[in-house]
Amino acid sequence: MLDIVIAIVLGLLSLSILICTGRALIGPTMSDRIVALDTIGINLIGFIAILMIVQETAAYSDVVLLIAILAFIGSVAIAKFLEGGVVLDRGDS
Amino acid sequence: MSMLHFIPLAPFIVAIFIPILYKAFRHIHTGWFVLPLPILLFIYLIQYLPFGGEPLTPIMETIAWVPSLGINFTVYLDGLSLLFALLITGIGALVVLYSIYYIANKREEPLNNFYVYLLMFMGAMLGVVLSDNLIVLYVFWELTSLASALLIAYWFHKEKSRYGAQKSMLITVSGGFAMLAGFTLLYNMTGTFSVREIIASVSEISTDMLFIPAMILILLGAFTKSAQFPFHIWLPDAMEAPTPVSAYLHSATMVKAGIYLVARFTPVFGGQAEWFWIVTSFGLLTLLWGSVSAVRQKDLKGILAFSTVSQLGLIMSLLGIGSAAYQYEVIGGESIATVAILAAMLHLFNHATFKGSLFMVVGIIDHETGTRDIRKLGGLMTIMPITFTISLIGVASMAGLPPFNGFLSKEMFFTGMLSGASLDVFNVQTLGFIFPIVAWVASVFTFLYCMIMLFKTFTGKHQPEKLEKEAHEAPFGLLISPIILASLVVLFGLFPNLLAYTIVDPAMQAILPGLLQEGEQFYVNIYHWHGFNAELFMTMGVVFFGAFLYVNLKKVQETAFYLGERDPLNWFYDNGLDGLITGSTAVNNVQMTGKLRDYFTFMFAFLILSVGYMLIRTGSFAFDIQNAAMISPYIYLVVAAIIISTIALPFMNNRITAIVLVGVVGFLIALLFVILRAPDLALTQLLVETVMVVLLLLVFYHLPELKKEKFTPAFNVSNAVISIGVGLVVTITGLAVHAFSNENPMSRISDYFVENAYALAGGNNIVNVILVDFRGLDTLLEVVVLGIVALAVVVLIKYKAKEGEDV
Repeated sequence: MLDIVIAIVLGLLSLSILICTGRALIGPTMSDRIVALDTIGINLIGFIAILMIVQETAAYSDVVLLIAILAFIGSVAIAKFLEGGVVLDRGDS
Repeated sequence: MSMLHFIPLAPFIVAIFIPILYKAFRHIHTGWFVLPLPILLFIYLIQYLPFGGEPLTPIMETIAWVPSLGINFTVYLDGLSLLFALLITGIGALVVLYSIYYIANKREEPLNNFYVYLLMFMGAMLGVVLSDNLIVLYVFWELTSLASALLIAYWFHKEKSRYGAQKSMLITVSGGFAMLAGFTLLYNMTGTFSVREIIASVSEISTDMLFIPAMILILLGAFTKSAQFPFHIWLPDAMEAPTPVSAYLHSATMVKAGIYLVARFTPVFGGQAEWFWIVTSFGLLTLLWGSVSAVRQKDLKGILAFSTVSQLGLIMSLLGIGSAAYQYEVIGGESIATVAILAAMLHLFNHATFKGSLFMVVGIIDHETGTRDIRKLGGLMTIMPITFTISLIGVASMAGLPPFNGFLSKEMFFTGMLSGASLDVFNVQTLGFIFPIVAWVASVFTFLYCMIMLFKTFTGKHQPEKLEKEAHEAPFGLLISPIILASLVVLFGLFPNLLAYTIVDPAMQAILPGLLQEGEQFYVNIYHWHGFNAELFMTMGVVFFGAFLYVNLKKVQETAFYLGERDPLNWFYDNGLDGLITGSTAVNNVQMTGKLRDYFTFMFAFLILSVGYMLIRTGSFAFDIQNAAMISPYIYLVVAAIIISTIALPFMNNRITAIVLVGVVGFLIALLFVILRAPDLALTQLLVETVMVVLLLLVFYHLPELKKEKFTPAFNVSNAVISIGVGLVVTITGLAVHAFSNENPMSRISDYFVENAYALAGGNNIVNVILVDFRGLDTLLEVVVLGIVALAVVVLIKYKAKEGEDV
């Protein structure tokens, strides 16, 4: 029973990733793409969590946490780039 | 180390001290310090001559140099070596004496250079003729080329000198390389570099496949050095050297190194039809070409240069005919072909004497009048009587007139050619009749240019207004050496048998070993009067036709043939060299475009071709899904996402989009790592991917404003083909490797790590244990790589190049 559920969930999640990739490709605005990238990251979290059940391991808990942080940082960095053209501000001088 | 070893080494040792002596004693001409050495060597060598009548016993002394490779410094002294060594030291002494007076300006001329080069040449040349080991011979051979080029370019501020030096260097060194290849082939066949041992094993190697190639390669070396057709073109251009150098190197010694080589290898290759025909025909061609070309020269040294070419061809052709001696039985110390070798050795010696004196005479004329152009000279007979007398002797000897020694060798030469025509081996019957005809025609031209040289210089009207200096007789010091040489010409002309059993016979025995019975000697009897035979009539014909041509010189002079001075073969050399340069530049420009894109094209094309060829060659195409893992349906979707993003990547026309796509691909690959159970890889991949995206964003900020938003990768068919090709080749290789490992199962090293990670290293995380314990060194160095990159980034950002400064 669980196997079938997991297979369905994984299929749905990968479909979601595929669709998000499509959005990242098509655009049309830059913000669409960034949100797509961010969504792929969040999808990955779910995906990996399910994989942990499949592979019966807890080894990927770090990865899940990391993706959560990185997806956030990545999105912020690109958003900041789009906003002001600079990722890292210079010190006040 | 015996005394014999010091003969070739002594000049090098003395050469070391020359610059010191030059600096220390500025008021004494440096040549005086050099002069004793060749005289001492000459006296030492003359003791070996067999004056008593018993034959010369060859002496051989060996010291090890590189014994593991069979390279030993072996000095071998037999009749042939002795003849050459005496010429080198004897004429060397005379040339040094002459040069002391010729290059008299000791303040302005760099005398130390001159004598260091000259001594280097002398030592190298002695080494060539005394070495028994082929590699040592080659080393000295190249040293003579080097010393010759240095001496030709002695006045290196003149462009023609540099041209001549470069030309002689290129031609003789390429011949030298060919010769080295020939020596290597001989070594390959016989397993020894020693000439003695090679001669001993001739019967075994003469049927070898490499025998003829070795012969041709060695002949290439000999022909380039001895200025044989068509490699003679460097010799006339080498006349830019100071006259003592021309007299020494380019008439008496270096150009005879090729003759020496041919004579030395006659016991190896002689008796072969190829050797006979190549040596004889090239010799005759050179003889004819040189004598005809000499007639056209207006420069005295030009005449002498082509005359040398022609006379070297004469000696070479005689050696060629003489090599047939191995086909005949020697009866009474003589056979139909040995007379040619006799003539060759006699003329070799005679040529050195008269040509040396003629060069010195030309040097004197140049020195005292300021020109060597025969159109400006004339009427010097009464002004320079001693010079005239020496010239007369030398020229008459060169033309082959009695009672000088040239007559004897010219008669012998005709005898050799006539006997060559009557040989009955190697199909000589078909073409042999040409030998005496060519010889005779060439002799007519020899006679003609001899007359031109003598009469245009010394008779006719004196034209003081065309000369740069007021002509007068040379100082006595300058005249000593040519007088000695001219006396030798007369002496050996009148008493030729002084040479017969002292010099000529030992040399013949060295060239034709194994033909004589124990204790026997070659029959050498040289005399002026043979009776009324064919040779005499040929000589009379030469004199008659030569004089006839000279009388009608006016008509000859008007032809275009006479006016053109440069050898037409130079066209091939000059255009060949230019073509080589422009061709290499063109080839270079095709590949070295300076565009990174093109270099990548070459590299990837090479990768495709080499790996693809290897796959086809070994028939490695294989597709085997045995042992492949199960693929869940969701993985297809993930991979599809990766493929779509990757394919879309090149078509993005916005940089930020491209970065986002790279990020997508990176995240999905991290996901694949998770699916394939590699948590550490996934972690690292995610971090690196994010950092890279941020870095790319940082970099893009600095891109130029105008192009920031517009970016469309241009489509290029060849790039598409190459990129698809690379992908295909790599994929096929991966599949083939997988199939190969299925066919040849091997145990994996990872099993060891899995079993021992905890037991040996105390860790459960196998990847990390491998990284820091089993394979810690790699990790250390990758940390170093990261450190270097960080430092390089800091330097690139912080370092500001100043004006005109380059990294």
